[in-house]
Amino acid sequence: MGTFHQGKSALHGITVVVDTTGAEIFVGRCDDEDERSVILLDVDVHREGDGGRSKAEYVARAARVGVWKKHDRVVIPRGQVASVRPLGEVAPA
Amino acid sequence: MPYPELMVKPMRDELVMAGIEELRTPEQVDAFMAEKEGSALLVINSVCGCAAGQARPGVRAALEHSVRPDRLATVFAGQDVEAAARARQYFADVPPSSPSLALFKGGELAYFVPRHRIENRSAQEVAADLVAAFDRICAAPTPPAVGTA
Repeated sequence: MGTFHQGKSALHGITVVVDTTGAEIFVGRCDDEDERSVILLDVDVHREGDGGRSKAEYVARAARVGVWKKHDRVVIPRGQVASVRPLGEVAPA
Repeated sequence: MPYPELMVKPMRDELVMAGIEELRTPEQVDAFMAEKEGSALLVINSVCGCAAGQARPGVRAALEHSVRPDRLATVFAGQDVEAAARARQYFADVPPSSPSLALFKGGELAYFVPRHRIENRSAQEVAADLVAAFDRICAAPTPPAVGTA
């Protein structure tokens, strides 16, 4: 059974971690990405140090069971993106 | 919004034909979860082929293993909305994702495979993950219920 999402980027439908050049890091399902932005759906966001957790600690915890969404859709300008990687490739905490 | 039933029927059948009971109402979910003895696998089925296309054959392959859960069931997220919502109440500490796989032992969640650990993996990799969990969890004796002698 195929997907129903033709015309999107290779990461479409994949849960990804988008680290930024600032304090924020996002986890969400990639809708699309191009040279201008990364668009995520069902998104959680963490700021370095919130709840006493670093970005790395937050991501390792997210890798275990996932995240609770805070936003339906977030558009992250490409200039603020430091890295994009699938959450499934992160070792769980 | 649910997809047309005609489109999702093959996705339902793929699990049902593997001997997995489909739970389509909250009452059916409650009845399934009321049985605490032994182990139980609950498959949160999904339309999206990004992950469900690997999850269903992965589950089917895992069930070929000699050690498997005592009871098997599935709910269809996005289709049987009330049943899926009720099922998630039994592992409410876990963020909702679909497809996903929940393995219970003695009525308690013992292992969970969220959607992001199915995406980008082959059915064989999903099956291997489940088989390892079956060996570790289903083969072990059920712990006595709290408060019993």
